[in-house]
Amino acid sequence: MVASKYMPLDGANAVSQAMRQINPDVVAAYPITPQTAVVQNFSQYVADGIVNTEFIPVESEHAAMSACIGASAAGARVMTATAANGLALMWEMLYIASGMRLPIVLTVVNRALSSPLNIHCDHSDGMGARDSGWLQFYAESGQEAYDNTIKSLKIAEHKDLLLPVMSCQDGFITGHGVERVGILPDEAVREFVGSYDPEHYLLDTDHPVTMGAWDFTDYYFEHKRQQSEAINNSMPVILEVCEEYERLSERPQPILDCYGMDDAELAVIVLSSTAGTARSVARRLRAQGAKVGVLKPRLYRPFPAQQIVDCIKNCKAVAVLDRAISFGAPQGMGPLYTDVTSALFVAGISGLPIVNYIYGLGGRDTTPPMIESAFADLRVIADSGDRGDLVRYLGLRA
Amino acid sequence: MSQMLEIRWHGRAGQGVVTAGESLGEAAMHKGLYFQAFPEYGAERMGAPIKAYTRLSDDTIEIHAPILEPDLVVVVNPNLIGIVDLTEGIKPEGTLIVNTQQTPAEIRQRLGFSGGTVWTVDATGIAMAELKRDIPSTLLLGVVVRAAEGLVDLEAVVGATRESLGGKLRPEVVEANVRALQRAHSECVQG
Repeated sequence: MVASKYMPLDGANAVSQAMRQINPDVVAAYPITPQTAVVQNFSQYVADGIVNTEFIPVESEHAAMSACIGASAAGARVMTATAANGLALMWEMLYIASGMRLPIVLTVVNRALSSPLNIHCDHSDGMGARDSGWLQFYAESGQEAYDNTIKSLKIAEHKDLLLPVMSCQDGFITGHGVERVGILPDEAVREFVGSYDPEHYLLDTDHPVTMGAWDFTDYYFEHKRQQSEAINNSMPVILEVCEEYERLSERPQPILDCYGMDDAELAVIVLSSTAGTARSVARRLRAQGAKVGVLKPRLYRPFPAQQIVDCIKNCKAVAVLDRAISFGAPQGMGPLYTDVTSALFVAGISGLPIVNYIYGLGGRDTTPPMIESAFADLRVIADSGDRGDLVRYLGLRA
Repeated sequence: MSQMLEIRWHGRAGQGVVTAGESLGEAAMHKGLYFQAFPEYGAERMGAPIKAYTRLSDDTIEIHAPILEPDLVVVVNPNLIGIVDLTEGIKPEGTLIVNTQQTPAEIRQRLGFSGGTVWTVDATGIAMAELKRDIPSTLLLGVVVRAAEGLVDLEAVVGATRESLGGKLRPEVVEANVRALQRAHSECVQG
């Protein structure tokens, strides 16, 4: 264990600090809106000679991820950052990075997708990329964004995985919000992530390889199956790295953050910053004797399905809060809800009343009274046995 | 149970409101506290009414939402009286700090605030004298320190102000800010 030094940092700056400490070989990024301060701060470190990263300012996010792919294939340790429409513009290249098994770390400050034009927090961007073969972490605070970024790099580069990782946090709410963030000593981070020594890379001219090659009807299918299996089997490595980081930082690093779930009758499942708001409400309700709990998946891909089922299977009613809509899904439910309900179905649990709340789109504030109203709804559902509306909304104007 | 102090700031964009909230958080952090400081983001234009929030706590701050029931409200710009609901949600025993030449009694009457405590200080007058500009936010920290006695001290706030302004401004301007802050600390009146 090593002691952290506390700094007043916004979430974006916390991630920049992690990147400074990691000192990657290459960072390629699009430098203006919807980019965040993550890259602004980091480019200052480059200009000041604090890191010896090759910083490539490119003309678009598509180009940013393309440059990251090229650099990573060449054998470099590579990181980048984006948000919102920038992530959407990377979409084609996200699949190429994961398909080539390039361990790139992308820090995302989650923001709404246009149109209508909006730059505030929701998870439409990250959720749009959930099937792209990248692992995904979602952070509750600037502290978690810092910690997740460091873990992400070690997980991505693990020889048994070689999978790209997205480390997400909430735009504005934590991205621009300043808080006390514990920063590990530089040497401790460098020792934790170690050096990156890829087994196969393009600049290893003594052992030439082809990457991203033509893969026809003969083997494409098998390669995709392998890629899927790599993600399916990644959990032991993820847990190992999280535990190692927990020992180093003395900060808990669960993939699933549980509050009150041992005996909760009513539970809320929610990602990122709103999980903190929900937990603070749950603490208050618990103090009044209500058996409530909050479950926050800190890791979203791979989805910790069994762990979530184990947590909620004895509940009397559950609410899943989604900061994105899966357009065209039944009743316009959200992606987290579809994942949780499919996990329950696969586990053979069908009697648990579970409802979905869409909340906070485009940065709409999600306040404690809204969370209280969700718990109150769950009480009614549990007592009456009537699930009522499947998809509901928190903080939506009537 | 953890102790939390929730502060809402009212000012106009360009008056250093966000920086003041961050400096206060930083000062609290140096005293071993946790904090959050964040503005309410709207269209960002100079002079527009803005709100910012600061939370200070002796434990991890989990809530990530605007402050609905502040313990302390700081009014950086008195011309917002009558335009913005400055006492909205303030706790009955809460504290109101107003940059004004008026007395606490006059402010109480204008805002219809009978509870808690009111502090007033002519922060604009002090800012014009010391900084030659109407940027009174930072110096109001001198009053926050007195109103929230025991939580953060003047020394910590002065240190945090030097740190947060030091990177952006010339040393003599930083020291003028510190001087203004100390004046506000001693010249404010309670009622």
